[in-house]
Amino acid sequence: MSSVQIRDVRKSFGNFEVLHGVSIPIEDGQFVVLVGPSGCGKSTLLRMLAGLENITSGTISIGDRVVNNVQPKERDIAMVFQNYALYPHMTVGENMGFSLKLRNAGADEINKRVKRAAEILALTPLLERYPRQLSGGQRQRVAMGRAIVRDPQVFLFDEPLSNLDAKLRVAMRTEIKELHQRLKTTTVYVTHDQIEAMTMADKIVVMHDGIVEQMGTPLELYDKPENQFVAGFIGSPAMNFLKGHIRVNGVATFEGPNGVKLPLKSAPAASDGKPVVYGVRPEHFTLADDGADAEIVVVEPTGSETQVFAKVGGEQVVAVFRERHTFQPGDKVKLKPDPDVIHLFDQATGKRL
Amino acid sequence: MAVMAEPVAVPERRGSLWSRAFESRNFLGAMFMVPAIAILVLFLAYPLALGLWLGMTDTKIGGVGRFIGFGNFVSLAKDSVFWLSVFNTIFYTVAASIVKFAIGLYLALLLNERLPFKSMIRAIVLLPFVVPTVLSAIAFWWIYDSQFSIISWVLIKAGLITRYIDFLGDPWNARWSVVAANIWRGVPFVAITLLAGLQTISPSLYEAANLDGATNLQRFRHITLPMLSPIIAVVMTFSVLMTFTDFQLIYTITRGGPINATHLMATLSFQRAITGGNLGEGAAISNAMIPFLVAAILLSFFGLQRSRWQQGGRD
Repeated sequence: MSSVQIRDVRKSFGNFEVLHGVSIPIEDGQFVVLVGPSGCGKSTLLRMLAGLENITSGTISIGDRVVNNVQPKERDIAMVFQNYALYPHMTVGENMGFSLKLRNAGADEINKRVKRAAEILALTPLLERYPRQLSGGQRQRVAMGRAIVRDPQVFLFDEPLSNLDAKLRVAMRTEIKELHQRLKTTTVYVTHDQIEAMTMADKIVVMHDGIVEQMGTPLELYDKPENQFVAGFIGSPAMNFLKGHIRVNGVATFEGPNGVKLPLKSAPAASDGKPVVYGVRPEHFTLADDGADAEIVVVEPTGSETQVFAKVGGEQVVAVFRERHTFQPGDKVKLKPDPDVIHLFDQATGKRL
Repeated sequence: MAVMAEPVAVPERRGSLWSRAFESRNFLGAMFMVPAIAILVLFLAYPLALGLWLGMTDTKIGGVGRFIGFGNFVSLAKDSVFWLSVFNTIFYTVAASIVKFAIGLYLALLLNERLPFKSMIRAIVLLPFVVPTVLSAIAFWWIYDSQFSIISWVLIKAGLITRYIDFLGDPWNARWSVVAANIWRGVPFVAITLLAGLQTISPSLYEAANLDGATNLQRFRHITLPMLSPIIAVVMTFSVLMTFTDFQLIYTITRGGPINATHLMATLSFQRAITGGNLGEGAAISNAMIPFLVAAILLSFFGLQRSRWQQGGRD
């Protein structure tokens, strides 16, 4: 196990820079998730960490060692690929023992370690099978087994669950997290799925267009997104944004589109008339008589909760209620955001106010 | 839902036998197969059967032969020229196939790397395959000429030899010379086919092996070779079959000489049957190739059976 330091790393393909100076400190044993929309550079960064891509500038160190010019095989890392990259001509056991065989480990040693990893992942009955004879979830586990056998300094996961169906994905998510709690190996995990990030990570790094937008624990990102991008990216359904101005005369309020008034706990200093974006999570709406007028557009019951799409001041917002409501499209209701947990962003910069 | 479609009893259609036949899947299926079967029978089965029959007669050009059973084979068994041609054919096939495979694999690996002008180099590699065999054979004939050989000329100018090499006059020189010509001609097929096979190997397997600690050589040994083995089996079967039955190169460059040192079974068969007029004996020589070819096909059949790792499904 080892810490990992990524310092001001840049990556260019030709003249095109895809990573614009990324710094991420990763502590020993931490589970770090790099999350962001496709094209944000998260996979490139992971591949640079693995040594599969060159580092244009900046440094990456694993433990105390700068690994910029260290061959992938000398970095003592294991990676789980999106398509698993299992060797099709080797059995599950051979796949898992391949790295040990290359290091000239004895047959007994290989056997012992493969067996142990197979037990951890419940792969023991499959050791003699070939990858083609396995289901997607089993292949995924073999790929992890191959990583575990190595007992590396760092585990890298490159969108490992994106080829699985929704139900299996949830199960594997738990399995990976449990595995990490058991082995405590430093892990860097790339995904575009914010739910995966939220549920698994000790620390989330939100990336966008080649920069780090914010990093922190899942709940820090949820409670205090530093900018509008992070606010919109973390949380599902996504946060509602309404454009408008702050009005301070006695009490601070937010005046949104078509004169809609929404409550503020307090206004930032000297901000009367300031153009802002008002952000409120769907789960922070309540029905209240002093709320803003809203007209129901669509109601989506999921059983555990009800998602309600409504028009507020002509803008569509979504609200989520734990209790069951029997709204019909066209119904008029009054929605009130909880002023304690709303978010204000600067309209020009998108920064949190 | 006003009216339900009433199940009306359709009166049985009383078409002619002909029109009813055309509605039958089996009849139509058979009809569609007729052209293919006709072509196979006319151009493959009939000539093969005729050849087998001829081999058991003493037919000469212009005459009607009589059935002599295995008489031709008995006399061939005592014919040293025939046995020399068998040796030549095996030597030619084995030597050329091994070198074609080695060079072909090397070129394929090279072309699979990131190279400048890659597509142009690929096109150039294919060139020997595009040139008509007889034309390239004539070119080799000049290259090997005892007086005008460019190889001898270059070597003499370079001061490496003092006399022109007698490429086609010495038995072993001639054998190696035709093998070289065959290699030149056959490498593109091997190289391009193996290249196609290499490109089906997922790059992530190499990345995974790289992270697993494999050196270049280990990646080749543990990833490339096993993944490529099905393609290797196909390409080498075809290569062996084509080399074993080669005729054009030999007939154009040496006509089997010197003193039958480069006669293959195919060229000897032609010489005895057409030039010599002994159709029966020539056919018998051709028929003698069949066991070798069947052996090669069987070998590839069992080699080509998909290995266990390629089979899907559950056990």
